[in-house]
Amino acid sequence: MSKRLGMWGGVGSVLLLLSIVVSVSMGTAYVPLSDTWPIVLHHVPFLGDLFHADWPISSEQIISKVRLPRVVLAALVGACLSLAGAGFQGALRNPLADPYTLGVASGAAVGAAFLILFGLQLAIAGRWSIPIVAFATGMTSLLIVLRLAGTGGKLQLETVILSGVVVQAFLGSIVSFMVTLSDQVVNEIIYWLMGSLSLRGWSYSGILVPYLLVGLFVLMANGRTLNLISLGERQAEHLGVHVARTRLVVLVVSTLITAAAVSVAGTIGFVGLVVPHLVRLMVGPDYRLIVPVSALLGAVYMIWADTLARMLLSPTEIPLGVITAFLGGPFFVYLLRKHKRRLRM
Amino acid sequence: MTLLLRMERLDKYYGERKVLDQLSFSVAEGEFFGILGPNGSGKSTLLKLLSGIVKPDGGELALNGSPIGGYTRKQLSRVLAVLQQEPIPPASFTVREVVEMGRYPYQNWLGDDSGASDEIVDAVLDQLNLAELRHIMLTELSGGERQRVALGKAMAQQPSVLLLDEPTTYLDIGYQIQMMDIVKAWQRERKMTVVAVLHDLNLAAMYCDRMLLLHKGSIVGIGTPGELVRGELIRRVYGTKPIVVEHPLYGLPQILLRQGGAHDEP
Repeated sequence: MSKRLGMWGGVGSVLLLLSIVVSVSMGTAYVPLSDTWPIVLHHVPFLGDLFHADWPISSEQIISKVRLPRVVLAALVGACLSLAGAGFQGALRNPLADPYTLGVASGAAVGAAFLILFGLQLAIAGRWSIPIVAFATGMTSLLIVLRLAGTGGKLQLETVILSGVVVQAFLGSIVSFMVTLSDQVVNEIIYWLMGSLSLRGWSYSGILVPYLLVGLFVLMANGRTLNLISLGERQAEHLGVHVARTRLVVLVVSTLITAAAVSVAGTIGFVGLVVPHLVRLMVGPDYRLIVPVSALLGAVYMIWADTLARMLLSPTEIPLGVITAFLGGPFFVYLLRKHKRRLRM
Repeated sequence: MTLLLRMERLDKYYGERKVLDQLSFSVAEGEFFGILGPNGSGKSTLLKLLSGIVKPDGGELALNGSPIGGYTRKQLSRVLAVLQQEPIPPASFTVREVVEMGRYPYQNWLGDDSGASDEIVDAVLDQLNLAELRHIMLTELSGGERQRVALGKAMAQQPSVLLLDEPTTYLDIGYQIQMMDIVKAWQRERKMTVVAVLHDLNLAAMYCDRMLLLHKGSIVGIGTPGELVRGELIRRVYGTKPIVVEHPLYGLPQILLRQGGAHDEP
């Protein structure tokens, strides 16, 4: 098990580093790959001293000040959303669950947008205000969705997603309405409803890191328990698992990291759906592997989605959520069909 | 004779409806104890109470002398394992991975086992003839084989009490006998106590040391198969009068059904 974790972790890390370097060299101003390698590695602690600054200052400026912060933020947001997706899927035993389809992302967006659009960013708890409020509203919408979907304590797979989508649409329109009331209409709507990573400095990455680490730690610690739950709640209880407690912890933590990602990047859909599924196809059903590998490959996935978003119609940017929906929507349909076939059998 | 499980005036309500009414009985260490009764008699509810997942609304339930509510979940699952009626779903875990899940009660939060996990799991796999299937995924097994894997998971818990909830419901007769034989052999070898909810009276008569007959939430009788499998008692509880014959090999009572004998009230 730890051997397999090491192998997949290694593969994922190499892929992540490669993606960062290649993605950073892509953009309107050309920076050769031979320069991006040392510039990126220069930022890695301990390794930095090995590289002498023999690259053009302009390249260093473009990469360190503009592209690298954005790529790193993309990686963090992707890791957070994929981690949350894996958590939601495990806790609810629902392969279609993800921060977006459960309405959690939109719920978090309502809280965050409210604070930002009415200038209350620092009102409650300083720079942590937005994530905290986003978490509260995200958790509230998750509870509403589960309440709507529950019949006699049982959660029907498709009903959860149906109520999630309804709540998501409703909350999305609240966000649009709030943005309409404010001054900078067009750009902000796109930002909140479709997500974007443009013009974000290093400080945003700093906000995300602690959430990501806490989320990774808690979900990995619950990996074995999620495995047991995946074989049925009753038999998990017979093995000594506190199913309700585990479920609550995992749902809360997944909502927390979703809220953090949404507060810096808006609602980006389907990432938490696509990535854990691809990971499951590669590493199997073991959550002790699914959780960390999802975080790594979620980072890679988001880096490339964002690179597409800024490169495809350059210099015009496509909203990031549009790209992820283009990729994720058909994937959702595929999963739904696959699942229905299995039910009929 | 040590009393392992002791029930004292156990009550259970579902809403207004009383499903278990003042049940008092005990099960001795090393005993194979059957719980029988018609549909809706409360036998599944009784098993849920015994497994500690559902709390009784009245009365006392003690395991090894201490009330079952005093055990933590993990403590309880080191003493008591449950084999459910429904087979485990066909997930893409391997046979060995699932059997190893039975070690969960012995693992700390990092997943380190306090016992010799690998040896125990391998021994269980050998005992259940699953060694050759160890790297096969559940998705490729038949229902009967998956039920055997579920039994392996329970064995890896190294319990002193095994609760069986109609474990043979979805199995054909070959697998039924195989399952019961494995449990019986395991029970003898480790002096384990087995409490089994069964609906097949003939199977119960062959394997149980003592049985409890439940009807509408109350105990109708407790005793050996010879004392309980009697035409008149069966008719009173199940509403059909069977022919009771003697098993030609074991001398135990077995029943034969007859047509048109349903629900002839006394």
